[in-house]
Amino acid sequence: MRQPAAEAPEAGTRGVLSLRGISKTFGAVAALADIDLDVSAGEVLALVGDNGAGKSTLVKVLSGVHAPTAGTITFQDEQVTISSPAVAQRLGIATVYQDLALCENLNVIENLFLGQEIRPTRLNSVAMEVRSWELLRQLSAKLPTLRIPIASLSGGQRQTVAIARSLLGDPKVVVLDEPTAALGVAQTAEVLNLVERLRDNGHAVIMISHSMPDVRAVADTVAVLRLGRNNGVFPVRDVSNEDIIAAITGATDNVVTRRAERSGGAAPGTKSDTVPGGDTPPGEDDPS
Amino acid sequence: MTDTDTDTGTTAAAVATDLQDERLRRRTGVKGALAGGLDRIRGGDLGLVPVILGLVVIAIVFQSLNQNFLSSANLGNLLMESVPVGMISLGLVCVLLTGQIDLSVGSVSGLSSAITAVLFVNQGMSPWLAVAAAVAGGAIIGLVYSQVFIRFGVPSFVITLAGLLAFMGVQLKVLGKDGSINLPFDSGLVRFAQLDFVPGWLSYVFVVAIAAGLFGTGWLGARERRLAKLSATSTAVLAARSVAVLIGFGAVVWYLDRGRGIGWMFVLFVVLALLLNYALTRTGWGKSVYAVGGNVEAARRAGINVNAIYTSVFVLGTSLAAAGGVLAAARLAAANQSSGGGDVNLNAIAAVVIGGTSLFGGRGSAFSALLGILVIQSISSGLTLLNLDSAYRFTVTGVVLLLAVMLDSVARKSRASHGRA
Ligand SMILES: Nc1ncnc2c1ncn2[C@@H]1O[C@H](COP(=O)(O)OP(=O)(O)OP(=O)(O)O)[C@@H](O)[C@H]1O
Ligand SMILES: [Mg+2]
Repeated sequence: MRQPAAEAPEAGTRGVLSLRGISKTFGAVAALADIDLDVSAGEVLALVGDNGAGKSTLVKVLSGVHAPTAGTITFQDEQVTISSPAVAQRLGIATVYQDLALCENLNVIENLFLGQEIRPTRLNSVAMEVRSWELLRQLSAKLPTLRIPIASLSGGQRQTVAIARSLLGDPKVVVLDEPTAALGVAQTAEVLNLVERLRDNGHAVIMISHSMPDVRAVADTVAVLRLGRNNGVFPVRDVSNEDIIAAITGATDNVVTRRAERSGGAAPGTKSDTVPGGDTPPGEDDPS
Repeated sequence: MTDTDTDTGTTAAAVATDLQDERLRRRTGVKGALAGGLDRIRGGDLGLVPVILGLVVIAIVFQSLNQNFLSSANLGNLLMESVPVGMISLGLVCVLLTGQIDLSVGSVSGLSSAITAVLFVNQGMSPWLAVAAAVAGGAIIGLVYSQVFIRFGVPSFVITLAGLLAFMGVQLKVLGKDGSINLPFDSGLVRFAQLDFVPGWLSYVFVVAIAAGLFGTGWLGARERRLAKLSATSTAVLAARSVAVLIGFGAVVWYLDRGRGIGWMFVLFVVLALLLNYALTRTGWGKSVYAVGGNVEAARRAGINVNAIYTSVFVLGTSLAAAGGVLAAARLAAANQSSGGGDVNLNAIAAVVIGGTSLFGGRGSAFSALLGILVIQSISSGLTLLNLDSAYRFTVTGVVLLLAVMLDSVARKSRASHGRA
């Protein structure tokens, strides 16, 4: 399926993927302006920012859904043009989209292997079913059966399927757009475990999240987007939640700090677990 | 099968990988298979059940009105009569599955009738070359449709509506002044469509082969699943199914053989339906067709070449329409200005929908063409026997089509409430 570049990258030492000066405009709206971003093998990069900051747009540029208006993408030391999702897949960039992009009329197995079926001229349904169960068990998916259409699954189950999908075929870079937004406690923990496993296996992971605890738990680096522009890249260990929130909102005096003061003066980062704009705090969903 | 535990998953250690969730209700054996089927139907996953029931009702009604309806001769004739339009429906299934439509299949089939007749009779070409040229012409039309659709984003509804008119014009032009060309009765083409019937013994061989093939593939598949620790259909169920097929089809063949038997043209149609069914259910292309019909954007993001899928279904649609036109000309032993006209277009579309393929894409099967056209042809044949003219036929077919779509809508609601999409 994949025709990956030459040798496996040494973990953590060199950039797998670098973006330089990426811009994307939709008509009059500049969704992304002059974005630089680097991620290395064995690194987890958290991409954070307010609603509408351009995170998903950046993901779509990386996965070949949108062509950037300007800028260059370097993948494993080679400048590439990611002109379609098929190209991204061939390069080894796997994406879990915020809207999941699943086919409701197809069942779980068919969705997992869509576009990358085993033995496409005479489908090997047994091998695909076995592999599907393996992947989903690994994610603690609570699915009674895989032979039901996606439409019958709960939101979190769908998200698990979308994540499982991105792991097929050993990608070099895994891009997760709010992977835990709809997940229950156990499933969120599994996804975080998975992100760590991917990192330990030398994959590069770009994770978008509105949840500060999740970001702090697994990310090595935090890149902040604000109104479509870079607004700082921080190593997670050396940065406080307040600094990240300040970068996200663009001011030290922001709605989060003011709210924290009103409700007792505790430091905002310790009091509020979620970054402004996070629409689903973790654990709120019933673990399906 | 010595080890029945793996069939049923009764012991905890031996529970198949796909049956471990405690919320699953376990079903075993022939009874369990039937119960599972009933559940699916209640959930709105009707599949081919309504159209089969419809055929039964039609048979009962017309038989009670006219003793000849279920005669071997009439049924054999009915099967042959349904092939040309059924062929067109087969191609339409693919187009509808991607959520598009082809309204020009009637015109394309008419044009193809004309091309075949002109090349074969007027130009003296070999009939098989003429047929190949006609089908190739159909394929080119589909190619043009798909390019217009992909490059300019014109809705397929409009493109093919334009095609409907345009190719009707081309058909008249091709036929020239006389407007009607007869095919010689002794040509292989006409014989194939009118006179070539499968010898009795061979039909029984076919039935046995189908039943054995069904059992063989089922058994091999079940063994592969058991080896992979997945649940599998038990041998008893597989055997029951094959025996049912053997008896059912055997009875049909026996009955039809008292008349003229089964025509080779009908065999060709069934073989094509089986091939299409294989392509749709067992290949990556087929999954892509369903995916494009279900959610184009998701299909595109999964790396599927969506444009190639659209191209393939449009080309398949018009090619099979052209093939249907060839068979229609052969069956009639003539091509004329009304070939492919009248109700051909709408019958082809109605057959697919009556057979249970959704007009909205992503849902349906190759067999919907086969069963749907049998419904339409039965109605037409029954009304003819009752000496009722096409006025009645149009109306009754229209009502049946509406019923089919209503049933589809009800089933859709039921699916929604039973969580089956
Ligand atoms: N297809 C599109 N057409 C026009 N504008 C778009 C399109 N996609 C995104 N935008 C605009 O680009 C901006 C960034 O959107 P994007 O989806 O990238 O935000 P986000 O950072 O992912 O936000 P969220 O946290 O809510 O997911 C928004 O202003 C949005 O309106
Ligand atoms: Mg987003």
